[in-house]
Amino acid sequence: MAKLNLDDLKKMRDEKRREMNRRDTDKSIEIIIGMGTCGIAAGAKEAFDAFVTAIDASNLDDVMIKQTGCMGFCANEPTVEVRMPEMPDTIYNNVDATIAERIVKEHILEQKMVSEYVFDKPSVDIVDGQ
Amino acid sequence: MAYKSFILVCAGTGCHSNMGEEIYNELVKAVEAHNISQDVQVVKTGCFGFCEQGPIVKILPEEAFYVKVTPDDAPELVAEHVVKGRQVDRLLYKEPGMEKASNKIDDMGFYQKQFRIVLRNCGFINPEDIDEYIGRNGYQSLGKVLTELSPDDVIEELKKSGLRGRGGAGFPSWMKLSFSKGVTGVDQKYVVCNADEGDPGAYMDRSTLEGDPHSIIEAMAINAYTIGADKGFIYIRAEYPLAIERLEVAMKQARDYGLLGDNILGTDFSFDIEIRLGAGAFVCGEETALISSIEGKRGVPTPRPPFPPVKGLWGKPTCVNNVETLANIPVIIEKGGDWFKKIGTEKTSGTKVFALTGKVNNSGLIEVPMGTTLREIIFDIGGGIKDGKKFKAAQTGGPSGGVITEEHLDTPIDFDNLVALGSMMGSGGLIVMDEDDCIVDVTKFYLDFSVDESCGKCSPCRIGGRKLYDILDKISKGSATAEDVDKIDAIAEAMKKASLCGLGQTTPNPVLSILHYFRDELFSHINEKVCPAGKCKDLVSFSIDAEKCIGCTLCARKCPVNCISGAKRQAHEIDQSQCVKCGECFTVCKFDAVVKA
Ligand SMILES: Cc1cc2nc3c(=O)[nH]c(=O)nc-3n(C[C@H](O)[C@H](O)[C@H](O)COP(=O)(O)O)c2cc1C
Ligand code: SF4
Ligand code: SF4
Ligand code: FES
Ligand code: FES
Repeated sequence: MAKLNLDDLKKMRDEKRREMNRRDTDKSIEIIIGMGTCGIAAGAKEAFDAFVTAIDASNLDDVMIKQTGCMGFCANEPTVEVRMPEMPDTIYNNVDATIAERIVKEHILEQKMVSEYVFDKPSVDIVDGQ
Repeated sequence: MAYKSFILVCAGTGCHSNMGEEIYNELVKAVEAHNISQDVQVVKTGCFGFCEQGPIVKILPEEAFYVKVTPDDAPELVAEHVVKGRQVDRLLYKEPGMEKASNKIDDMGFYQKQFRIVLRNCGFINPEDIDEYIGRNGYQSLGKVLTELSPDDVIEELKKSGLRGRGGAGFPSWMKLSFSKGVTGVDQKYVVCNADEGDPGAYMDRSTLEGDPHSIIEAMAINAYTIGADKGFIYIRAEYPLAIERLEVAMKQARDYGLLGDNILGTDFSFDIEIRLGAGAFVCGEETALISSIEGKRGVPTPRPPFPPVKGLWGKPTCVNNVETLANIPVIIEKGGDWFKKIGTEKTSGTKVFALTGKVNNSGLIEVPMGTTLREIIFDIGGGIKDGKKFKAAQTGGPSGGVITEEHLDTPIDFDNLVALGSMMGSGGLIVMDEDDCIVDVTKFYLDFSVDESCGKCSPCRIGGRKLYDILDKISKGSATAEDVDKIDAIAEAMKKASLCGLGQTTPNPVLSILHYFRDELFSHINEKVCPAGKCKDLVSFSIDAEKCIGCTLCARKCPVNCISGAKRQAHEIDQSQCVKCGECFTVCKFDAVVKA
């Protein structure tokens, strides 16, 4: 390994930080993906990957992606719950890679629900006609 | 592709010696068997602090905290938790007195009131991988210091922070650096890390070195730059093999990256570190003794002044700092002195790491902001007293400290408050006692330690300590008189004034402390010849209450000297002349028939 200078050190930190950051559980935004057998069969793994990629691409540091067991809505898998400040806790259903990207872009970045996929409607005045 | 899940396996001394390595290997095997090595990283980390529950495996991002894990559990953890997303309930930690497992670390009482600066990376990163340390902002403070800050700026930042040494005395860290920096016209200066950690029951420095060795290396380099040193020593006891091994790995990695050695980070600052092993004598932790030991001489103290920051190793300015003190420094540089100053109390900023042991439910390594009360530590973090017993006292400061009683449970802990209570912060051993502990017995233990560890160079320490021990021994045997108590005071005064080093000066502290807070208990030993806790063998006797004894014979079978007789279903009897007072009968009798008096 060549000796580092300060720029190399900073570059190394930035590369490694994202990965380390994912270990940190003290974050305000949570994406929880149902990864029971049913979820995985329905494509939860692809959704998971899509979330990870979209979060990285948007430089979001404050998001934690977790998996959980079956949420009990097997017919609507993959299901994903999103919790963040200023937004109601929301469960989305039938989340594939495209919807995952939309959730990151619209729900998290723009704070707008992806209404067509909301499973557990939080409150009528928030969904649709908002 | 980035990892989605992390399995953190504790590799601290406690867990490591308890099949930690095998657990790690089994987890890696299971991850490979499921073909998910791309997604799941298995990481060996430093101590999580909760060693009593070890071996510990933590799975992120779900924050599942698995305790008492065995290698056999590994395949199930991977198959169930990681692959299927179902937590393995039987291995999850349960709070004392609670039925259900807490599924989040943040909800655990043990972690809730903690605030981690020193232990920030312990249990989080792989201590043997410098990249992980760098990913957590490691060596950035060194970079900042070398390129943006002058030595005076560093001292100024530390002054703002209010950091005081964690090795025991609480001396302002900035001042020590500025003494050394102020010496001009010498060709050589040194920085030293004091990792001797001699206090019985203390293991915070060891855990920090094992879990985050780079933070100490970084801090030493910052200090070296500040005073103008190019050489450092880590003085560590040989009984800490894992810490030594991790330090060696870390130093090698740092050298490979150009973070130790010549022209660090391409600047003209050069610095390197050597490890020096100590044989584990308590007095070698005292800075002047430590310096002689590094110089290759016997580790005995020398009179101060001259103080080491001005005249230390081989007569050159030498800044000696404790491990925990050092671990704070990179964070202070990163986040600023003002940030640090806001944590803790007015006079003692920052946090303190304690090794919480004794009669508490959750023993382990904890880090709390200064100013946290003993009640919060013992009852919230420690989960209260074991077996529903009553709290009696807490001992802080080890052999140089004293006891804190019930009435002071709500005193915010910092250097000055503890001293005002006649105790000390010391290095951070915190031993909790309950009603079954005899205060004379505990104090005898500390005195015995100090007498044993006295280097013998000065007579107040050598003779005074012995005398104090003898008096305490008399008290515990019921043969002391009130006059002996007066003697304690006289000896204590002499030792404090006339001893050469801190060991002798503080040896009487535990005795003085109980004289102050536990006079009644002391005098009941002396006057009534009674040990209220029933610990002092010469003052207790065991007998059997014939009314309550149902003649189950259990005690007779357990008694190691066979001095209990009696027929089945008949009341038993103890032959007092044979009884060795081990208390076994008292412990085993299920009918409260054995009476301790
Ligand atoms: C008998 C005796 C034993 C000591 N043992 C230790 C020790 O094990 N570790 C330590 O850091 N300081 C120990 N000290 C304190 C050191 O002398 C010194 O004050 C300390 O290393 C300074 O570092 P700090 O300013 O970072 O606290 C001991 C002091 C005495 C009198
Ligand atoms: S154990 Fe208790 S009840 Fe049984 S014989 Fe001994 S004293 Fe009696
Ligand atoms: S205290 Fe020990 S030695 Fe004495 S009677 Fe009980 S078991 Fe036997
Ligand atoms: S050694 Fe594993 S938790 Fe302390
Ligand atoms: S040698 Fe340390 S007090 Fe006597």
